[in-house]
Amino acid sequence: MSEQDVTVPAADESARVEQVAKPADKKRGGLLKGATGRNLGLVIALLALCIFGVITAGERFASIDNLLTILRLASIFGVVSIGMTFVITGGGIDLSVGSVIGLSSVWASTLATQSMAEDFHWIIMVLCALGVGLGAGLINGVLIAYGKVVAFIATLAMLVAARGLAEIIANRQTQVVKVDGFLDFFRSSPIGVPMLVWIFAVVSVAGWVLLNRTTFGRRTIAVGGNPEAARLAGIKVKRHTMYLYALAGLTAGIGGVMMLGRTTAGSSTNGQLYELDAIAAVVVGGTLLIGGRGTIVGTVLGVLIFATLRNVFTQNNLSISAQAIAMGVIIVVAVLLQQRIAERSRAGT
Amino acid sequence: MVNADRTEDPPVLLQMRGIVKQFPGARALDGVDLEIRAGEVHCLLGQNGAGKSTLIKVLAGAHQPTEGEILLDGRPVTITHPVAGLKLGIATMYQELDVVDGLSVAENIYLGHELATGGFSQRRAATANTRALLTRLGHGDLSPHREVGQLSAAGKQIVSMARALSHDARVIVMDEPSAVLDAEEVTNLFRVVRELTASGVAVVYISHRLDEIRQIGDRITVLKDGRTVATGLPVSETPTAELIKLMTGRNVEYAIPPRDSVAADAATILKVDGLALRGAFSDVSFEVRAGEVVGLAGLVGSGRTEILETVFGARKATAGTVHIEGRRLRAGSVSDAVNAGIGLSPEERKSQGLILDEPVYRNITLSTFARTANASFLDENAERRVAREQIEALDVRPTDPERSARTLSGGNQQKVLLARWLVHGCRVLLLDEPTRGVDVGARAEIYGLINALAAQGAAVVVISSDIPEVIGLADRVLVISEGRVVHEGPASDIDEHRVLDLVMEGSAA
Repeated sequence: MSEQDVTVPAADESARVEQVAKPADKKRGGLLKGATGRNLGLVIALLALCIFGVITAGERFASIDNLLTILRLASIFGVVSIGMTFVITGGGIDLSVGSVIGLSSVWASTLATQSMAEDFHWIIMVLCALGVGLGAGLINGVLIAYGKVVAFIATLAMLVAARGLAEIIANRQTQVVKVDGFLDFFRSSPIGVPMLVWIFAVVSVAGWVLLNRTTFGRRTIAVGGNPEAARLAGIKVKRHTMYLYALAGLTAGIGGVMMLGRTTAGSSTNGQLYELDAIAAVVVGGTLLIGGRGTIVGTVLGVLIFATLRNVFTQNNLSISAQAIAMGVIIVVAVLLQQRIAERSRAGT
Repeated sequence: MVNADRTEDPPVLLQMRGIVKQFPGARALDGVDLEIRAGEVHCLLGQNGAGKSTLIKVLAGAHQPTEGEILLDGRPVTITHPVAGLKLGIATMYQELDVVDGLSVAENIYLGHELATGGFSQRRAATANTRALLTRLGHGDLSPHREVGQLSAAGKQIVSMARALSHDARVIVMDEPSAVLDAEEVTNLFRVVRELTASGVAVVYISHRLDEIRQIGDRITVLKDGRTVATGLPVSETPTAELIKLMTGRNVEYAIPPRDSVAADAATILKVDGLALRGAFSDVSFEVRAGEVVGLAGLVGSGRTEILETVFGARKATAGTVHIEGRRLRAGSVSDAVNAGIGLSPEERKSQGLILDEPVYRNITLSTFARTANASFLDENAERRVAREQIEALDVRPTDPERSARTLSGGNQQKVLLARWLVHGCRVLLLDEPTRGVDVGARAEIYGLINALAAQGAAVVVISSDIPEVIGLADRVLVISEGRVVHEGPASDIDEHRVLDLVMEGSAA
């Protein structure tokens, strides 16, 4: 039945129109349309923030030390944001990642885990946290994909329950990490760059490859873009949906380990509200909240924008409340701009 | 430009002159003239992409024309937005019925112009008026309090029409109103249309079905490539061949090309045995041989779509088996069916078939990208190459594989879906309404493709609401009524009337 909303001229006609329109399109298309254009906007925003930082805080902002501080602060919620990008691109949402960071950091730092780590190798703690994250993600995934629970509700339940479990395990105490090998590893700075930043970099690159170059990524986009069409093309939509939440849980587990490494203590309050930071970074980065389009580069830029914003505000002794307001404004402006661009590119084709 | 004689005719109600609509990068309308008289059914014909949808959006006020003028009762008017159009008495019923499922019939009819005093809705008045409107449409039995989501497509259409009347519309534009209706509902639609025109309302009627236009239309305007190529043609005096020529600009064989009969020793590819889906159909058995086309004829809601979807595993059969070349398929597993070499082109291309914002090439390779990948790493160059071959072979236009599927016309979207299964190398193709919403020219191409596929040894099962189309395409026809196969036999032994008789008998039983 389908003439398009924006009417496409009849076949032969449009071929002609297209030829005429193409050269102009390419020029415009390179800069303003598509992923490149969106990322360019984010880079400009990031640069503007940096310039603002240099003007207002000068040396304190522009030093190498401070830049590494920004990156280190960005790293944990950055890693979680990569996992979140996959879930959102696949048409879902995961509200539980912050709690899962807390749970995995607590589980990996219990006396039992730590003594096992002392006996064998500190990697036990890492594996424990990753396992907890993956497990929580799998539970989310099974509930959503096979139990048909709405993602918002299933992960909200996990948000509450994982935090509760973390409190019980930790008995509301802070569990100090005493495993030296673990602490040394996360305190190290290969080539002058902190380990946490390395992890963020590796996860980002792996995420980019996974989303853009593998069948897993293509399935993610297909499932988010039109789950019914994906299913009828033979893609196992349920199984893939489950994998997406497992992946998000895994990144939360990685976040939990990083949290242990940074704060040297497991606490049930670790990672609170990280889910909101992650969702905000993903959306500002240009991933569609309704699914079907995702960008890792955008997410990384979104993470850096928020981390830089916090740093600039802290350098200028502005309050956390002012930061929050600025973040809110950025989210809204970014989404408004994206919608404009999306409308324009749709009208243009 | 062909102009009919216009002496002693009812007064001209609405006139569009030299309408041009320029979109960024495309000129959708390039000089359209249209003249509508009070009390007539004016049919708007044209292929997909000829500009029909844009034209009615201009008329409704949803788009602003770049050039040209609109005259109502001889006075120029500007329709700045849809509400302005309604105020002038121009109401539009869009293809995708624009009703709100969660609201009642009365609430839908008065949506946007609720009867209220000081912010309080006057429910009783709305109910009474609704009842009057529904009675006028011959549906006095429909309760104003019914939730619209529970109504059939035909019921929703009545609501949509009542809404148009509630605005005191003098011109009602109907965009393919019969597309979602079965034969009986279409008859009722025509009755309502005749009553409307008798009371002086003008109806602009858009349909791809020429036989309908013969039944209901008074005059025809033909659009092609955004221009009016003929206007005011009297329906009774214009032969079909001429209409097709005007629409396509060339002489098209509307007839389905003949095909060689299936070899007597051709192997059975698809074997369906005692298949059932609770609440939809039961005890369906049939076989399809290599090179054979089997048609499922039946009305919307007869269970024909469910049969295809169950064979494909998209619904889980409650009984029965499906075998492909002797291999039994797992019930309810689409991926098993796809791996075994079955492809389904679903009824709803946009919502079930395509990922609209993804490029054409990725839509073509949606079920094969994992196969071309090396150890899970995509080979996009190979995908593009394969897609380009298919685009060329099936003559998909425009030819750019990077274009989003959304921008293609219905016929070309259908070709993209066929291309997907061709790349996959399917032995069995299940086609649910492959020519729905496809213009005449592209339709002939799709017939040719189906024949070519069969000639290459594929087993094809095709559904169409267009009964002559099923009979013409198929070697064998299964008539489905109320979830049962009521007849099976060679297509050459059956005609449209016989199919309809069988369907009626099936429902009576």
